[in-house]
Amino acid sequence: MVASKMAQFIDNIPSMDLMRSEKMTFAQLIIPVESAHRAVSYLGELGLFQFRDLNENKSPFQRTFINQVKRCAEMSRKLRFFKDQISKAGLMSSPHSVLQPDIELEELEYQLAEHEHELIELNSNSEKLRQSYNELLEFKIVLQKAFGFLASNHSHEFSERELEENVYLNDGYFDTASPLEKELKPGSSYQSGLRFISGMICKSKVLRFERMLFRATRGNMLFNQAAADELIEDPVSNEKIEKTVFVVFFSGEQARTKILKICESFGANCYPVPEDISKQRQISGEVSTRLSDLETTLDAGIRHRNKALASVECHLAKWMNMVRREKAVYDTLNMLNFDVTKKCLVGEGWCPVFAKLQIQEALQRATLDSSSQVGIIFHPMDAAESPPTYFRTNRFTSAYQEIVDAYGVARYEEANPAVYTVITFPFLFAVMFGDWGHGICLLLGALVLIARESRLSKERLGSFMEMLFGGRYVLLLMSLFSIYCGLIYNEFFSVPFHIFGKSAYSCRDASCRDAHTAGLVKLRDPYPFGVDPSWRGSRSELAFLNSLKMKMSILLGVAQMNLGIILSYFNAHYFSSSVDIRYQFVPQMIFLNSLFGYLSLLIVIKWCNGSQADLYHVMIYMFLSPTDNLGENQLFRGQRPLQIVLLLLALIAVPWMLFPKPFILKKLHHERFQGRTYGMLTTSEMDLEEEPDSARQHDEEFNFSEVFVHQMIHSIEFVLGAVSNTASYLRLWALSLAHSELSTVFYEKVLVLAWGYDNLVIRLVGLAVFAFATAFILLMMETLSAFLHALRLHWVEFQNKFYHGDGYKFRPFSFASLTEDDD
Amino acid sequence: MYGFEALTFNIHGGYLEAIVRGHRARLLTAADYNNLCQCETLEDIKMHLSATEYGPYLQNEPSPLHTTTIVEKCTLKLVDDYKHMLCQATEPLSTFLEYITYGHMIDNVVLIVTGTLHERDVQELLEKCHPLGMFDSIASLAVAQNMRELYRLVLVDTPLAPYFSDCITSEDLDDMNIEIMRNTLYKAYLEDFYKFCQKLGGATAEIMSDLLAFEADRRAVNITINSIGTELTRDDRKKLYSNFGLLYPYGHEELAVSEDIDQVRAVMEKYPPYQSIFAKLSFGESQMLDKAFNEEEVKRLCLAFDQQFHYAVFFAYMRLREQEVRNLMWISECVAQNQKSRVHDSVVFIF
Repeated sequence: MVASKMAQFIDNIPSMDLMRSEKMTFAQLIIPVESAHRAVSYLGELGLFQFRDLNENKSPFQRTFINQVKRCAEMSRKLRFFKDQISKAGLMSSPHSVLQPDIELEELEYQLAEHEHELIELNSNSEKLRQSYNELLEFKIVLQKAFGFLASNHSHEFSERELEENVYLNDGYFDTASPLEKELKPGSSYQSGLRFISGMICKSKVLRFERMLFRATRGNMLFNQAAADELIEDPVSNEKIEKTVFVVFFSGEQARTKILKICESFGANCYPVPEDISKQRQISGEVSTRLSDLETTLDAGIRHRNKALASVECHLAKWMNMVRREKAVYDTLNMLNFDVTKKCLVGEGWCPVFAKLQIQEALQRATLDSSSQVGIIFHPMDAAESPPTYFRTNRFTSAYQEIVDAYGVARYEEANPAVYTVITFPFLFAVMFGDWGHGICLLLGALVLIARESRLSKERLGSFMEMLFGGRYVLLLMSLFSIYCGLIYNEFFSVPFHIFGKSAYSCRDASCRDAHTAGLVKLRDPYPFGVDPSWRGSRSELAFLNSLKMKMSILLGVAQMNLGIILSYFNAHYFSSSVDIRYQFVPQMIFLNSLFGYLSLLIVIKWCNGSQADLYHVMIYMFLSPTDNLGENQLFRGQRPLQIVLLLLALIAVPWMLFPKPFILKKLHHERFQGRTYGMLTTSEMDLEEEPDSARQHDEEFNFSEVFVHQMIHSIEFVLGAVSNTASYLRLWALSLAHSELSTVFYEKVLVLAWGYDNLVIRLVGLAVFAFATAFILLMMETLSAFLHALRLHWVEFQNKFYHGDGYKFRPFSFASLTEDDD
Repeated sequence: MYGFEALTFNIHGGYLEAIVRGHRARLLTAADYNNLCQCETLEDIKMHLSATEYGPYLQNEPSPLHTTTIVEKCTLKLVDDYKHMLCQATEPLSTFLEYITYGHMIDNVVLIVTGTLHERDVQELLEKCHPLGMFDSIASLAVAQNMRELYRLVLVDTPLAPYFSDCITSEDLDDMNIEIMRNTLYKAYLEDFYKFCQKLGGATAEIMSDLLAFEADRRAVNITINSIGTELTRDDRKKLYSNFGLLYPYGHEELAVSEDIDQVRAVMEKYPPYQSIFAKLSFGESQMLDKAFNEEEVKRLCLAFDQQFHYAVFFAYMRLREQEVRNLMWISECVAQNQKSRVHDSVVFIF
């Protein structure tokens, strides 16, 4: 009677969006080939249809639209090439949206190919030019440097007979040349076979090069080097590298071929340097003019190329987006099947029920726009597998939904804990993090994140910042609640404040000497809100706060666990499983409340009437000797008989939740298959193997022992869990104690201590240490640990009462979810 | 034999072992090969490889693909893996990893020297070299005229220098000499590697000595078969066999005097581990021997992953990847030349 009324009442509650996942429907699409592409892209814009891969057993290149996918991949390769070139040219400008008519894919492909061709040609041209430019530049440098060598060789080594011919450069140019040598001058430099090769080589290779030369010529050579003044561009990597000019003197024809070979193998460029100074001047003049010529050509080439790149650049973002979409469309089309006539594509998938109309409308639009004769057929079907879970979240609720999903995605249409998590999560966090000073710091951080929301959401943040940004609304509520709890605890960086009027207590005498030893006298009415500031530092501070927080934790815990069990009722009611209500929800409710509900009641009564009763004693002796007299621990009349009744109820509840359910299930199963003497024919073994979650499995044989063991585990877990989960909520007290003690330590042992000195440096150091400790230990580490504990309390203590979390997410085909790197 | 490797191995080698096992898990499987063998064009192969480790390496290749590009990019992936591991490695693992590349170095030296002998362009030859076996002055190998010069000019700076002590002659280089040089070098290299692994001790020594012994025996068989009917004397032939392995010393005696493939077969069948290889071949056939050896090698290499805390996994991974690249090369060649019927001839499935 009561149950049916309650059920009626619950049925009348308007349904909430977030409470249960959206109703889904399985649908089949039969799309004529000519409108398939348009239909799928319209669905992608809508983003509310999840396609099922009907070609799972086909490898990627056996699918229908593989050629188009390949073309898209090729186009995106070209686009990447452009992007690379543009960023190399340093042309990346802010994305200005140029309005331009939409172009067809074929046209785009053609355009891309053209652009690429042009760009490659330009590149190869400018590369050739650059190469010759580099060569000339090297030649110029070699000329300058080699000349220096030849000159210095002359001036320093002219006494060495070996080299003298070689160093002769010009008559009269060197005044230091002795008359004797001048006479020798007319002899050609090849007289003694001493010659030189000059060139340029990478600086990093010089040592090995020299060693190799030394070995190859058996030491019969002279190696001179000088660093080039300019950096020369490497043709391959386009980086500026350091190079060195060298001049090798040697003799003999064989050595020459050897050295040339070595030069070649080391990638050294050799340049002929004339020995004649006038010729040399002439050549360097020529080289310089050609260099400047080349430079202008190169500049013109670069300008031209930049222009070409800029024209690509203004379309680049749009094109990339377009190609990405096209590829996604073809990937989706590849999931579709041809029907027997080969004129239609058949697709299957999930969509939310509310989106049916929108989808149909989009499909109609597609038919009209592609002027197809035949409409697209959209018809709902039955599906064997369970539907995906889809919650419509906004930016506020999505973070909370993420917290729940991280544990497990809700089963289809089961009660969603995220609804309650929105408030309970930040609140439980705040219970552990109660300090309104710290809360204000967090609030500022959260407000900064929220204020910059529109800007930050576009940027790519680091992983840590991303996490922080994603949880900005969680952070906001956490900080608000911790300000609230901080006010209750009356802590501001562990300092109590008289905010809500005067303290109810005062010292015994004016001097206040015995405040910490003898205690205070109560003068006025209790402090109106939160903890009286006078408790701080008093003898009984810890005892008072501990008792307060511990009891509060238990109250909160029992309340939250009860909520969890009530949600299991909602689930059972929704899926109309009366077995679960009668043999699971009711005994669980009775068990939990007859023990810990009773404890909560005692706590409240004790708070109200200020009794001295020892609650541990009451609870322990409720089990050990329920019939004994309570004595001074009695809180209210009739407590003893009530305890006995509750104990009996709890004892009955255990077998109640353990035995009936499996037997009833067995009976139901037998009833359903009554009269069926033959076993079900499995249509084909394939079906069952492929869909392990499918509903068909319910028809399989009922395994009693398995069900029983399962139920036993559940019951034992619940009974033990009732104790251990309640104990687990004591972490609220422990963490809150740790937080307040830590902040007290930092405040008193660092800040107050440093302030005691009359020295600015010590004070500053103390302040700095305090600030760092507050920021890093209290605001970061403690936030993290309180967050994790709150997370655990939700995942384990709260959700294990009702939450299955074995669903899978709805992943619609949507253009909006395509990301940059997803190509 | 076993030390307390489990106690200390992970201090230096744990990270890299994890890395290498991760790499191994991404090797292509039989299913992949089956799909690859069905490809019609090289684009299909690229398409299929894009879902594997090779994806990022191939994705920016312009469309008319060539077999060489595929092989080059796949090798690049191997080289990147190797370089990454080498960067992270400490002694003695880094030396171990370097040892793995010496084989390629020998091949490269031989390639360049033979190439210059036949007056090919050095740059062209360099492109053909295996990137793992490159060293700084490799291009200057072209300068050398005879072995002594080769050694004195170039190889003295490379890790191969100690292996050269046996083959310094002033003779001019010719094909035969080079081939003998290659095998002498290889013999010295294998022996040195073997010694090094023995020095490392523990599971590394045990597994590596098995793998290297297989390699040595395989080379001995190949040398014998390839030298049948050439002017190589029996004593010279015997000098090229590595002085360890299952066949050492009695098998070598018999191999040295073998004069046709069936005699080789008779020798090898006395050794149980090799019996199965030769059992697959018909008499007088040496065509499929390579594949049979490759399959056996792959099997042994895969077994190396069964034990933990040793270095042989690195060797095994590098070898398996090389085999995979060879497989891909063969498949791409078959696809490119429309010889799909022969595609299974030389592909060795790894898993």
